Order: sequence, then C-alpha cells, then structure tokens
Amino acid sequence: MKPRKIVNEQEFQLTILRLCYQLIENHDNFNDTVIIGLQPRGSFLAKRITEELKKITGNLNIPCGLLDVTFYRDDFRRRDDVLIPQSTEIDFIIENKNVILIDDVLFTGRTIRSGLDAMLDFGRPKLVELLVFIDRRYSRHLPIQPTYVGKTVDTVTEERVKVSWKETDGEDAVYLFTSKEN
Amino acid sequence: MSQLSVKHLLGIKDLNEQDIQLIFKTADNFKDVINRPIKKVPSLRDITIANLFFENSTRTKLSFELAEKRLSADTISFSASGSSISKGETLIDTVNNILAMKVDMIVMRHPNPGAGVFLSKHINSIIINAGDGAHEHPTQALLDAFSIREKYGDVAGKKVVIVGDILHSRVALSNIFCLQKLGAEVMVCGPTTLMPRYISSLGVKVEHDLVKALNWCEVANMLRIQLERQDIKYFPSLREYSMLYGLDKKLLDSLNKPITIMHPGPINRGVEITSDVADSEHSIILNQVENGVAIRMAVLYLLAGRADK
Repeated sequence: MKPRKIVNEQEFQLTILRLCYQLIENHDNFNDTVIIGLQPRGSFLAKRITEELKKITGNLNIPCGLLDVTFYRDDFRRRDDVLIPQSTEIDFIIENKNVILIDDVLFTGRTIRSGLDAMLDFGRPKLVELLVFIDRRYSRHLPIQPTYVGKTVDTVTEERVKVSWKETDGEDAVYLFTSKEN
Repeated sequence: MSQLSVKHLLGIKDLNEQDIQLIFKTADNFKDVINRPIKKVPSLRDITIANLFFENSTRTKLSFELAEKRLSADTISFSASGSSISKGETLIDTVNNILAMKVDMIVMRHPNPGAGVFLSKHINSIIINAGDGAHEHPTQALLDAFSIREKYGDVAGKKVVIVGDILHSRVALSNIFCLQKLGAEVMVCGPTTLMPRYISSLGVKVEHDLVKALNWCEVANMLRIQLERQDIKYFPSLREYSMLYGLDKKLLDSLNKPITIMHPGPINRGVEITSDVADSEHSIILNQVENGVAIRMAVLYLLAGRADK
C-alpha cells in the first residue's frame, strides 16, 4: 500500500503559521525566549518556525539552537546498532529563559525525555514548552504532553508518521505509512 | 555505517578507514561536550570500566579516567605496583577476578607487546589497549591524527615525520598505521640504531637527517627517547642525540616553511625538543591532550554500544 498523505503543502504552511501565531500570543516579542530544535528532524521545524517568527515579529534576534539527544537516550546498548550523534549547536544561554523545545513527531515521548535532560545541561530555564508538528495520540510511554500541536493523529504502533521537508525530501508534507512499509 | 568493525580496540592495524572516520565524527561531538559548562553525558551510566595499568602512565591513565567519568561510567583503577601481580598471579587470573566483580570493559596498559590481543582471546569482555610494550598505542595515534585533522581540516595528503626512538615506540607504529589509513605520507627520522630493520616495508620513507626531514614535512611528531626500554646503549650520549635529533627554535626558524610540532608526552625538555619550541605557537601538544579525552570518549562510547551482543 502506498503511504497516505495526511497533510499537503498548503495545510503544512497554514499549520506552521498557526503555530507561530500561537507562540506570539504567549511569548510577545521573544526577548526572553529561545527556540531549540531536536536533532535531526526537529531542527527543520525549529528553523522554519524561527524564520516565520522573524518575519512576523520583526525581531531578527530570536535565538534558535539545535540539540542532539543521542548521549541522553535510554535505548543505548539496547539496539542492534550504535547511535551516532549529530551536532549540537547552542551558542546562547538558556539560564532563566523561556525555552520552546521543538520536534517534528511526538510518539512515545522518550526522545523528549532525553531532550529535557540534554537541555538541562545547558542551564536552568525559567519555563519549557514543547511544540510538535504531529502528535501521535494514545502512544505515549511517558507522561509528556505538548504545549503546541500542529496536527493530532491517531495511529497504531506499527504505523509510522513521516514529516517530509523541502530542505531534504523535496516536499513539505506529512505521510502515514502503514505496517511493513519502509 | 554506524558501528565499528571491531569488538575491541587492540591496535590501529585492525581498523579500517571508516572506523577511524567514525571515531573522529563521534569525537567531534564529545569535544563539544567537554567544552560545555556541564561536561558530562549519561551514556555509559550502567557500565563499569576497569583501568588496568601494569606500566606507569600519567596522561593516558588520567585521560581514560576522565573520559570514562565524562560518560558517567563507573571506574575502578589498578596499578601493577602494590597489586597481587607481585605475588605471582597470572594476567588471566587477575583479569578474570576483576571481571567476576561484574566489570564490562577493560582498559589495559601492559609492558608486553600483544598483551591485549592475548587477553581478548581468553576473556569475554571488551578490551581497549592503552599501550602494549613497543607494539601499539591506538588511542594515541587516533588523537594525533584527530589533532592534525583539526589543524588542517583533513589528514589525507599531509606529510608527517615521526622523529626519534622509532625502535621502542608504540606511538610510532600506531601513528604509521593510522596516518597511512587516512591517506597521509609518513616519514620516520632517527639514528640508524633506533630504526627497526624492516621499517621501510611498512611503506614509510626513512631519513636520518633531521633538517631534510623537517624541510619535507608539514607536521613533525617528536618522540621521547625511551630509556626505560633500552637494554643497551643505542647512541653515545643524550647530548649528542639532542645535537643531531633535537628540535630547537633556531632549527625551526631556519626551515623553508612553518611546520606543526606534536609530541605524545612526556616531554624531555632539552633532549628531543627545547622549551621554546614546545611552548611555541607551532606546537599543538596541549591540543593533543585535550583531544585525547574526546577521542577516548568516542572509542568507549562506540565499543560499549555493542556490549550486549
């Protein structure tokens, strides 16, 4: 079976814009707020959202960092292959800042748990919020809920959701793969 | 490819180029980690590592211990002096007793060449060679090449000369393997008495004139004279050695181009290298030490990741 497209390009753009306006409601001019995208695929969303926010608010100094969580994961030595890290690029202080943690898909919540641990090694933020593009409901292993959600989808464990990005995949869209595909 | 082709790190000879690049890529990330305010990650928190040093070491032992601690591993350390080795216990018995205490990895330095290889055949654990006699010192070679890569962006095509006591040096052998696998040109330079007889069969250039060697190279790795391993006199006096093979500021300034100076430590100032060279802007000796922690973290991380297989 072909993967099903559950978000097309137009919806994709609208969702990103809506998420930006929701962020602006809570963070005003972003003077005390930083954005951190989780590597690898949360970084695309983080960068996209930061660009849009800069256009909308006129504040060109919204800090956007990328955080790699590999060393903080809980499945090290429990997988067949060793996880190879990506780069962490956080060149600002998060102490006493509002942090918006960004990832593309929220599934079991384990990546976010690692992300919270990894982030705390950079300081003690005043507040942490979670923004995800896709929230896969009813599949959480940990008590983690997002603050901002692009789209909620109901899936079974065998299914897979992929957010595709123009930057790497040539298209802005979200696909749902049923079991045994890809 | 996301894992090493080897189960142990016994020598550079067993690694392929992809392995070395994977270690470098992972070490890049760990170098970021050790330069952060909180220099620690929890990756190896359920692992216990035994550091078995049957031979003296300062830098390597501290560097491994620090790398283990930065990865949140539990560590136990052991030195040959003051241990039951002096009561006649064999190496396998010693290690098996330590493993019975539920240790996951062994970092070992041993005066006998091949001690790590021997142990890996009899022991069910991950072994990292921290120097075995005059055989190999793989993490030193990795950190040396990593430091060259950091300085020049790439190791391939670089001309590196290793100067000094090649005969007794495990650093030289590991460096030759590592640099060649990464595509560098390697020359060895030293008195004929300190040159292994068949060294050119490794594909390295051999030069006995230090000035010619230094004019040829971009990087010079100055080795220490390993007096503790020398059973006979290989040269008339240290003073003569240092006149012919010591690097001083005058010689460095007389070269046709600036070169990078490396040293695996410990330095015998005034013998193979003078203080003004060791502390000059051309020297990356302290960068090597810093990179050593990142490289050892990468090696431990990559080998520990497959521990349960």
